[in-house]
Amino acid sequence: MDNKRLEWIYKTMLTIRNFEDKALSLFESNQLRGSVHLCTGQEAVAATVCSHLRDEDYITSTHRGHGHCIAKGAEPDLAMAELMGKSTGYCLGRGGSMHIADVTKGNLGANAIVAAGLPIASGAALSAKLRGTDQIAVAFFGDGAANEGAFHEALNLAAVWKLPIIFVCENNQFGISTHVDVSTSVKDIAVRAKAYDIPGEVVDGNDVFDIDKAVKKAVARAKAGKGPSLIECKTYRWYGHWTGDPQVYRSKEDVEIWKQKCPIKRLEEYLREHKILTEKEMEKMHSDASSQIDAAAEFALSSPDPDPATVLENVYFEN
Amino acid sequence: MSTKKYAVAIRDVLQQEMQRDERVFVMGEDIAEQGGIFGCTRGLMEEFGKERVRNTPISEAGFIGAGVGASLTGMRPVIELMYMDFTYVAMDQILNQAAKIRYMYGGKATLPLVIRGQQGIGRGNAGTHSQSVEAFFTHIPGLKVAMPATPADAAGLLRTAIRDNNPIMFFEHKALYAVSGEVPDDPDFSIPFGKAAIMREGADVTVIATSLMVSRALEAAEKLSGEGIDVEVIDPRTILPMDMDTFVGSVKKTGRALVVHEAHRTMGIGAEIAAELTEKAFVYLDAPVARLGAKACTLPFSLVLENAVVPGVDDIVEGVRKICYR
Ligand SMILES: Cc1ncc(C[n+]2csc(CCOP(=O)(O)OP(=O)(O)O)c2C)c(N)n1
Repeated sequence: MDNKRLEWIYKTMLTIRNFEDKALSLFESNQLRGSVHLCTGQEAVAATVCSHLRDEDYITSTHRGHGHCIAKGAEPDLAMAELMGKSTGYCLGRGGSMHIADVTKGNLGANAIVAAGLPIASGAALSAKLRGTDQIAVAFFGDGAANEGAFHEALNLAAVWKLPIIFVCENNQFGISTHVDVSTSVKDIAVRAKAYDIPGEVVDGNDVFDIDKAVKKAVARAKAGKGPSLIECKTYRWYGHWTGDPQVYRSKEDVEIWKQKCPIKRLEEYLREHKILTEKEMEKMHSDASSQIDAAAEFALSSPDPDPATVLENVYFEN
Repeated sequence: MSTKKYAVAIRDVLQQEMQRDERVFVMGEDIAEQGGIFGCTRGLMEEFGKERVRNTPISEAGFIGAGVGASLTGMRPVIELMYMDFTYVAMDQILNQAAKIRYMYGGKATLPLVIRGQQGIGRGNAGTHSQSVEAFFTHIPGLKVAMPATPADAAGLLRTAIRDNNPIMFFEHKALYAVSGEVPDDPDFSIPFGKAAIMREGADVTVIATSLMVSRALEAAEKLSGEGIDVEVIDPRTILPMDMDTFVGSVKKTGRALVVHEAHRTMGIGAEIAAELTEKAFVYLDAPVARLGAKACTLPFSLVLENAVVPGVDDIVEGVRKICYR
């Protein structure tokens, strides 16, 4: 991987980490409400996958979507404002954390309905194919989503129509409190690719390089008109399912073990070892990310609430 | 009588009915160890085991369909949907299968099935997790629809639902789970479907309100009594069947009616009630039957906007004044 891409991935992961930390602290101080699902610990997937995408490529995301949105080019201040339901947010305060979208940057939306993004991403890939462009689509989803009908229908459609799409499963082992072992018929969700006669690959979701290899192949396949791929990234979420989750379903020790596998630390070790970035440069990137997110929070906090008089706007396109 | 929270009242009835009838079992997402994300099945797995308190994959069409199949073949499933908004993922199984099978099979099949869960505003869950979706299930014949507003009604109606031999949609409200109230201890305590509750007697105006709107209507009634308007508040408790007789009886006395629901006003149950009252009590009416419901937009995330969309106490006060020509 070239150093430029690596640096971009690193920077993006730092932005996501800081964004999530800030969202958590705002939630805990009652300045932010609603369902907030943090992706802390899973940053490598969003950053590495999106490092292969251009603005014109598409993604669909999930309820745990802040990372995907940021990696696909969302401005942290507009995203944070949306988390706070402010009029300056991406969705003018209508959508909240689970619906951040920026169609102009190819982000077709986070989605609060589990697995709903997969068919939509297939549709974007179909559209690219019909329009004859070389755009591709990526559907991010969790392990739990792989048990919805929408997952299976989307994979089959994409396979039979040879659509330029990559299905990226972030297997963080739990759907809320339910472990994949008790909800899912296969150990590796990637195995399900076989049923649709498409490539399926398991990668270490906390390892930028492992993810990168698989995504490269999948992008090439999509652009060559050969159809979809399924990539399963094994990872772990550090925090509860949502902020405030008592987490009775897992031990503190397990969480600690996974924190040791921090994707950011692992990348830093590589950057250090290969002298790609100096300690000083990394420190600077940390503090830049942190001040960028502080400013985003400031922006969001000082933004006005939406005007109730506008509540009926945008139900329909006004011809 | 015991004082308990709405969520606990539900839990206790599930427990008692599972003790009473081995055919009753519960399934849903995160209902076993976790006890449901709102605690409505807490402790049940410990008592009844994982076969009868069954965690499902995130496969709503799959496990609701499985509920239909199990109920057709001798079991009495009670399915928890984490959010009733997710019925949309399983609409075919509910509206085309559960609702129709008995009729289409010439009455030769029986489906004792309860689909229960919470809905509504109050937690900043935005457009796909804050809706009030009950009206969809009243349009297709074959289902019964309950929406309790108090812990006692939750208990009494849920017991009736579990013992009923029809598919039942049971709508709880997320903002009511923590509300406490008196619930009878009798393990057979039940409330029949189709019997409204008069929550407050009054002579001047009838307000018919459902679910979370009942407490708002009662608050509005208090305020209005200060202005000399005596409001009668009625909670239908089940919207299918609907206790029109009680509404008509009340309107004969008051001559005015306002229907309040959290679901969208457009094509909502308020329209049905208004039409029925017009047919059955026309000569008693001193004003057109009025309706309040959510505005015709997706439930917005922002609290300020959410409050602007769903009827509040002041909207009800204003609505009553209007039909009293004040
Ligand atoms: C159709 C649907 N069913 C259930 C839910 C409730 N829910 C939200 S997130 C979630 C767990 C999802 O697990 P997974 O797909 O593995 O993603 P993760 O939360 O682990 O990132 C559930 C059950 C939902 N939002 N939509």
